[in-house]
Amino acid sequence: MTELPLIGEPIAAAADASGARGLAGARIGVVTFPGTLDDRDAARAVRLAGGTAVELWHADKELGDVDAVVIPGGFSYGDYLRAGAIARFAPLMSKIIDAANSDAKLPVLGICNGFQILTESHLLPGSMIKNDHLKFMCRDQVLRVENSNTAWTLDYETGQEITVPLKNQDGQYLADDKTLDALEAEGRVVFRYVGFNPNGSRRDIAGISNAAGNVVGLMPHPEHAVEPGFGPESAGSGGAGVGGSDTDGLGFFTSVLTKIVGGK
Amino acid sequence: MTGTSTGSITDGGGTATAAASPTAAPGAITQVKKFNIDTVEHAAKTPDTELPWAELGLKQNEFDEIVKVLGRRPTGAELAMYSVMWSEHCSYKSSKNHLRQFGEKVTPEMKKDMLVGIGENAGVTNLGDGWAVTFKIESHNSPSFVEPYQGAATGIGGIVRDIISMGARPVAVMDPLRFGAIDHPDTARVMHGAVAGIGGYGNSLGLPNIGGEMVFDSVYQGNPLVNALAVGVMRHEDIRLANASGKGNKVVLFGARTGGDGIGGASVLASESFDDTKPSKRPAVQVGDPFAEKVLIECCLELFKGSLVEGIQDLGAAGISCATSELASNGDGGMAVELTSVLLRDPTLTPGEILMSESQERMMAVVTPENVEAFEAVMDKWAVEYAWLGEVTDSGRLIITWEGEVIVDVDPRTVAHDGPVYDRPFARPEWQDAVQADTFTGSVQDAGRPSAPAELAKAVTELVASPNMCSKSWITNQYDRYVGGNTSMAYPDDAGVVRVDEETGLGVALATDANGRYTYLDPYHGAQLALAEAYRNVATSGAVPMAVSDCLNFGSPEDPDVMWQLAEAIRGLSDACMVLGIPVTGGNVSLYNQTGTTPIHPSPVVAVLGKLDDVARRTPSGWREDGQAIYLLGTTAAELDGSEWANMRGHLGGQPPKVDLDAERALGEILINASRDGMIDSAHDLSEGGLAAALVESSLRYGVGARIALQDVLDRDGVDLFTALFSESQGRAVVGVPRSEEVRFTDMCTARGFAHTRIGVVDAASGTLEINGVESLSLDALREAHEGTLPKYFG
Repeated sequence: MTELPLIGEPIAAAADASGARGLAGARIGVVTFPGTLDDRDAARAVRLAGGTAVELWHADKELGDVDAVVIPGGFSYGDYLRAGAIARFAPLMSKIIDAANSDAKLPVLGICNGFQILTESHLLPGSMIKNDHLKFMCRDQVLRVENSNTAWTLDYETGQEITVPLKNQDGQYLADDKTLDALEAEGRVVFRYVGFNPNGSRRDIAGISNAAGNVVGLMPHPEHAVEPGFGPESAGSGGAGVGGSDTDGLGFFTSVLTKIVGGK
Repeated sequence: MTGTSTGSITDGGGTATAAASPTAAPGAITQVKKFNIDTVEHAAKTPDTELPWAELGLKQNEFDEIVKVLGRRPTGAELAMYSVMWSEHCSYKSSKNHLRQFGEKVTPEMKKDMLVGIGENAGVTNLGDGWAVTFKIESHNSPSFVEPYQGAATGIGGIVRDIISMGARPVAVMDPLRFGAIDHPDTARVMHGAVAGIGGYGNSLGLPNIGGEMVFDSVYQGNPLVNALAVGVMRHEDIRLANASGKGNKVVLFGARTGGDGIGGASVLASESFDDTKPSKRPAVQVGDPFAEKVLIECCLELFKGSLVEGIQDLGAAGISCATSELASNGDGGMAVELTSVLLRDPTLTPGEILMSESQERMMAVVTPENVEAFEAVMDKWAVEYAWLGEVTDSGRLIITWEGEVIVDVDPRTVAHDGPVYDRPFARPEWQDAVQADTFTGSVQDAGRPSAPAELAKAVTELVASPNMCSKSWITNQYDRYVGGNTSMAYPDDAGVVRVDEETGLGVALATDANGRYTYLDPYHGAQLALAEAYRNVATSGAVPMAVSDCLNFGSPEDPDVMWQLAEAIRGLSDACMVLGIPVTGGNVSLYNQTGTTPIHPSPVVAVLGKLDDVARRTPSGWREDGQAIYLLGTTAAELDGSEWANMRGHLGGQPPKVDLDAERALGEILINASRDGMIDSAHDLSEGGLAAALVESSLRYGVGARIALQDVLDRDGVDLFTALFSESQGRAVVGVPRSEEVRFTDMCTARGFAHTRIGVVDAASGTLEINGVESLSLDALREAHEGTLPKYFG
C-alpha cells in the first residue's frame, strides 16, 4: 500500500527491488520549498531509476548525507516576484551552492523552477523571462541532447532526440551574446528544443550546465517521462507531436546514479 | 455618526473601541478601530430601527421570519449573516424541494459504496483497499463574467478547499466551460481571462487538469458558465466532517487574512462605521492567491496526518457566517466566537463585513485543547497565520462578540439549515410544443443536405472545425496535465484517468457532460442525456461508473418556465441515476443565469466518477495498430434534432435523441469487460457530432488513419450515409479490436444481444481517413481544420 507522503517528511528508504541493481545506496536529495509542485514526481523518478530519494526541506540548515540533489519544478513562494528569486535565499540553498562548487562537485539538477533557482543562485548563467507568447504552455517537447558528458546526461548519446513534457510560464532563456557564445564554445548547452521553440529561448536553448558539468538546469520536465503509462505517449495531448516513448526522461536519473555508483 | 445612508442601524448605538486581538501574530494590525456596534442588547431596545434588508437581498417575508426566529429585530451583524446564508446560492431555497429526489430515489445498490452522501462539503465513495475518493463540481459563473481571471481562479480554489475539508488530498481538477458566440467581441475577454485564471491558479497548486468541456453558444453571452470540478483521495480513516463537537474545544481560523473582497453586498452596512474615508463600495469578486492555497493544502494534510483537528470547514460563500453556523449546527450546537480576534488585511472592516467577507484561502477548524500546541507547530512550519477565535459550547447558541459585547446570538440551525424553502410555481412553457414540433429534417435550414462524396467530405471537415467540435488543445495546453505523475489519460481522451495507488494501479476516471440544446428541447430527457454521456465516457475509458456530482446551471427560478426546466431536469436526472445504479453524492445549483428575461439554455452539467482496478488497463480514444478491426457498437436512428449539424445550420427544434438507459448500461458493461480482458485497444463514445466526429477524433488521436465502410449499418438501421455520419443517436461507441481478439469480442456482444458491426480497419500507412461514399480525408487537412479554429479566434 502506498501512502501519500507528506512534504517535509522523510520518505522511508525506498530501496525495494532496485536494491538488486546495487544503486539503492545512492541517495538523491529532492528539495521542497513552499510552492514546490513536482517534488513527489522527482522522488518517484529517482526511485524508478533505482536510487533512494531523500526529501530535503528548504529551511534545513544542513544538506545531510546525499550524493546528488534535484531542485524540482513548481512556483516557489508563488513566484510573485521573479521566479526563483526568493527560493535562492533559503538556508538549504547556500549549502547546495557550496557543495556544487566544492571539490566534490555535488551533482545538482534544476528542473523548470529549479533551473530558475539555479540561475538566481548564479550556479548557472543567464535568466528566464516570460514566454514570448505570454501564455503558460504544456506540451510534449522534443529535445536534442547536445552534451552527453554531464553528470545528468551520461546515459544519453550526444545528438540523441528525446521527448519530455514542458510546462511553464516563464521559460524564455536569456543571456547576453558573449555568454551564449561561451556556453556553446564550451559545450555547456546541454539541450536544445527541436522542431519548435516553445518560449522564445535564445538559440533554442532548453538546458545548460556549469563548466564542470555537475550542475545542469533545464526548463522541460524529465521526471514526467519516467514510467510506462504516465508519460507523453500515454497522458499527452497526442497528435503529431507525440513521442514514441513514455520514459525518455529516465536517463537523467540513471545517469547520475551511474556517475555516483560508477564513480565516473 | 455617518447618518447619511439609508437604513442606518447606528442611531443611538453604544460605541465600542476595539484593538486587534492579543492573540494576533506579530505584525498584526494594531490600529484602534471604532465602530458603532449594534449589539443584541441594543437591538432588543430599538425594535423600530429601519434595517437595509432589501438591499441585502432579503424579501419582506424572509425578514419577518428572521424577526420571528429571534423574537426581536436582528442586529446588523445578524442581518449580514442571515442575508448571505439565506441567499439562493447558500440556502438552495428554490431547488431544495426538488433536490430531495437525489436522496430519496436511492436503491441499496447505490448506497453500497457511498461513505458520505449529500450534505457535507463533498460526497465520499469507497474505492476498496481502504481507499476512498471524494469529488464535487461547482459553479463560479457570475464572478467569471465580471472578472474572468479571478472568477475562474477562485472557482478552482473554492472547490479544491471543499475537497481538502473532507480530509482528502486533491489529485486533479476539470473545467466545463460555456461561453457566448465564438465570434462575439466579448467572448475573447471571458475566454482569455477564464482560461488564464484556471491555469494560473490550478497550475500553481500542483493539480493536473485532466479534461472538461468547451461550448460556444450565444445563449451564454451575458452568462458564461465556469464550472469547476475537483477530486481527492484519502484513506478511510482520514475522512473528516464539518462539525464542531466537544465542549471546550477551540475554534481556529487559519490561512489568509480576512479582507474586503467578495462583500459587495455588505456595503449597505457601511453605516456601521464612523469612518467616512473608508471605501464606500467593496469589490464583489474575490481575489485568489494560489500560493497561499498550495501551502494550505500541505498544511491541512499534515494536520489530518497527525489527527490534530476534530472538525474542519473551508471558508467559501458567506465566509465566517457560513463556517461558524455550519460547524456549530452540525456539531453540539453551540459556539462562542470573539470577532475582533480575526486577523484582517484591512482594519476598516466592520463586524458585518468580516462576517460576510469571502476572502479566499481560509479554513476554520475545531481543535482539542491538548492538540493546540501541535496544531500551532504545523502552522509555524508552513508559515501559515492563524487566530484562535473561541470555543465550542453546549449552549445551542452561536454567540459572536465584539470586544466582549454580544453582536450575534442565534440558533445556528436557523442560519445554516432552516432557511426559507420555496415551492416556486412552475409549468410547462407554452412555447415548448411549438419548439418540439419544429424538427430539423425538412426545415429551411436542412436545404441542400450533403449527399455526394465531395459534399460529405466537406461536411465532415466543417463539422470538426466548428466551434463546439474543434480541438480544445488551445485551452488544455495552458493547463498542467502531468504534475503528480499519476495522470494516465487526459484530454483528448474521453475521460480523465488518475492513478490513486502506485502499487496496485487502482485509479479513478472522470468525465463531465451537458448538452444545453437537448435540455432546452426536453429538460427531463436532456438531463438524462447529460448523465448518459458522462457515464458512457467513463465506461469507454474502461472504468466502472460509481458516483455522480452535478452542477445545475439555470435561469431565474422566479420564471415558471425556468422553474419547470429545473424541476424536470432534477426529476430526469434522479430517475436516470436509479436505472444506472449510481448515486448523486454532491453538487451545486446555480440559478439566475439570465440576461433580462432571457435565460441560458438549461445546462445541467453532470460529472461521473468511475473506478479502474488498474489504470494500466484504461482504454484510450484513438487507434494505433495497423490492421486492427474497427467496430461500431449500438444502432443509429435519424436523430438530427438538437445536433451539432443542425446547430451549425442555425436550427434548434424538435426532440433530442432518444434515451435508453438500459442500452447505456449494457454498452458500459461491454466496454468495461473488453478493457479488463484486453479485447479492445481503443474506444471512443459517440455523442455530439455523431460517428463523423468520433472517426475523425479516433484517427487524429495518434495520427493513424482508417478505412471505413458503413453499408452494413445503413442496411441494418435503414439510414442514409449522411444520417449515419451526423446523427447523434445515443448508446454508441467505436472500438478498435486486435485481430486476435475479434472472435472473443464479437461473441461477447452477441451473447449480450448488443448490436455490433465491423465498419473498417486501421490503416497506419495511409495518412487518410477513407469512408466509402465520402471523398478521401487527409489527416493533415483534418488536423489543420480541427486544431485551427481556437487559435484563429483567440490567437
